[in-house]
Amino acid sequence: MDESIQVEPLKELGEHITRSLGEAVVSSEMAYGELTLTVARESIVDVATFLRDDPECRFISIVDVCGVDYPEREKRFDVVYHFLSPRLNQRVRVKLEADDVEPVPSITGVFPGANWFEREVYDLYGVLFSGHPDLRRILTDYGFDGHPLRKDFPLTGFVEVRYDEERKRVAYQPVRLTQEFRTFDYLSPWEGTDYVLPGDEKAKQ
Amino acid sequence: MSEVEVRNFTINFGPVHPSAHGVLRLILELDGELVERVDPHVGLLHRGTEKLIEYKTYLQAIPYFDRLDYVAPMNQEHAFALAVEKLLGIGVPRRGQLIRVLYSEIGRLLSHLLNVTTQALDIGALTPPLWGFEEREKLMIFYERASGARMHASYFRPGGVHQDLPQALIDDIQAFCDTFPKALDDIDRLLTENRIFKQRNVDIGVVPLDDAWAFGFSGVMVRGSGAAWDLRKAQPYECYDELDFDIPVGRHGDCYDRYLVRMEEMRQSTRIMKQCIAKLNAPDGKGPVSSLDGKVVPPSRGEMKRSMEALIHHFKLYTEGYKVPAGEVYAAVEAPKGEFGVYLVSDGTNKPYRCKIRAPGFAHLQAMDYLCRGHMLADVAAILGSLDIVFGEVDR
Repeated sequence: MDESIQVEPLKELGEHITRSLGEAVVSSEMAYGELTLTVARESIVDVATFLRDDPECRFISIVDVCGVDYPEREKRFDVVYHFLSPRLNQRVRVKLEADDVEPVPSITGVFPGANWFEREVYDLYGVLFSGHPDLRRILTDYGFDGHPLRKDFPLTGFVEVRYDEERKRVAYQPVRLTQEFRTFDYLSPWEGTDYVLPGDEKAKQ
Repeated sequence: MSEVEVRNFTINFGPVHPSAHGVLRLILELDGELVERVDPHVGLLHRGTEKLIEYKTYLQAIPYFDRLDYVAPMNQEHAFALAVEKLLGIGVPRRGQLIRVLYSEIGRLLSHLLNVTTQALDIGALTPPLWGFEEREKLMIFYERASGARMHASYFRPGGVHQDLPQALIDDIQAFCDTFPKALDDIDRLLTENRIFKQRNVDIGVVPLDDAWAFGFSGVMVRGSGAAWDLRKAQPYECYDELDFDIPVGRHGDCYDRYLVRMEEMRQSTRIMKQCIAKLNAPDGKGPVSSLDGKVVPPSRGEMKRSMEALIHHFKLYTEGYKVPAGEVYAAVEAPKGEFGVYLVSDGTNKPYRCKIRAPGFAHLQAMDYLCRGHMLADVAAILGSLDIVFGEVDR
C-alpha cells in the first residue's frame, strides 16, 4: 500500500468526523497509517449512523466487531469496530471502553451484519449489548460457563469432555492435566525484568 | 370441507450433513416446503485459536492460521504476516513477494475448485468434484514441494517466505498453468449451460448490493452483486499493483452469478500465476526470499553452522522470539472467500496481546436467515454451497 497517498485524506477525514460528531468523539489518532477514533459508549449508535450516512464518509460496510481485555483498567474491555468505505477506499477503527455490567448500545439496527459479531463479543468477553435482538452465546458449547477470552480465564479451561461408554452420552468433568501446565517466560532477562532473578536477592545484602 | 390446522415444522439440519460443509447445525422452520426461519448454530469446531495465539510467540502463531480455512491455508498466513510486518516496519524482498503472490493464487484455485465443484455436488452433480479434485491434487503437491506439507504449510513467515522455490518446481507450475485452463473448460462445459444446474442456481439467494455491504459481505459475495471491489486492486499489497488481471463482476447477485465469478477468477488467477513465474525467472526476480533483518528472520541452516552471531540469532529467535513494538494494526488480504483480516494488538512483548481473526465466512453465514427466507428447503443447500463456508474459519 502506498502510504503517502493514503494517509493525508484519512487525516482530513478524521478531522471531519471529529468536527461533525463533537463530544461523542473522545480522541482520534493516526498510527501505522490507520485512523482510530475513541468514542463515548452511549454514542456508538449515532457514530455508526453518521459514518454510514454522511456523504463524505459512506462507511457502508461493517468489517468487524471485537473485544480486547485489559484487566488492570477500571473499565476493562475495549470494544473495537472496523468499518470500510468502498467509495473512499478507506477504513476506520472505532473504539469504546466497556465493562461487564453497563451494556453497550447495539448497532444491529444500523448494520445488520453486526449481529453475530456482537454475539461473539458477548460470548467471549461478557460485554452486554442493549437492543440486540438475539444475544445468545455463539461459539462456545451449549451451557458453557464463563467468558474464555478474558485474560483471567485459564488457557486450559475448567471442564473437559469425553464420551462415557457406560452412560452412553457425553460427560463433563473438571480438567485434569496429566502434565503440569507449562508457560515459559522467554523474555530476555538482560533487558530488565519486573521480578527478581534467582540469586539476585543476595546482591543487596 | 373442514379447516385443517396447519402448523410450522421445525427440522434440524446437520451437524453431520454432507451438504452442511462441515459441522453446521441449522434449525429450519418450515411451512410446508417453504423456509420461514433459519437459525444457524455454529461453534461446533471452535478451538479457541485466538486464545491460543495469545500464549504463543509470533512465529508459533503462524501454524494456527493454516487450520482456519484449511482449503486455502497460505492466504490466511499471509494476513497475519502482513499485520506483523506492518507493526515491525519491515519489508519483503521482491522474490519473496512474488512467491507469496504465486502461492496465494494457488490457494485461490484450491478454494474455488473445491467450492465450485462441491456446490455442484450439493445439487446433485457427482462428476465435477472428481474432476476438480484431480486438479487440486496437483496443486497440493506444489504446496508440498514448497513447504513440505500438503495443507498446513506455515510457509509465509513475517519477513518473507520460509524457503526459496527450486527451479524445477517453478517450471512445473508453469506447465500446470498451461494445462489447467483446459481442465477448467471441461468443468465449465459440464456446468455452466447445464439445465439442472441453472434451474437450481439462477435467481436463488439474491443479495442486493446495499444489503451485501451492510451485512459485512466481501469477496465473491459483493462481486456477484455487482461491485467491482477486490482488495488486490483497491488496496494492493505485495506486488499485485504491477500485475495485470481483471475483476469479474456479477449482475444479479444470485448463486449462479457467484458461480460464474468464481470460474472467471480461476482463469484470472492462472493469468496472475503465469506473470509471477515470468517475473520469478527474470533477472530481477532472483535474490533473497526473506527479509535480511537478522533480528526477525532466522539465519539459514548453513550459516548457523559457521557464524557465531547466526547461532545466537537462531537460538534467540526460536526460544524468545522477536519483540514487536506496541500498537495495533488491521491487515487484510483478499482471501478466496472474501476479506480475511487480522486485527493485531501488541503490548511490546514477544507474544500478541490480542489477535482477532476476521473471517469472511462468519459474516456470510450470519445472513443465512436473510438469504433463505421464502426459499424452498432444497435451496438451502444451494445457497449454503454458494456462500463458500468452511468451518475452520467460521468457528476459529
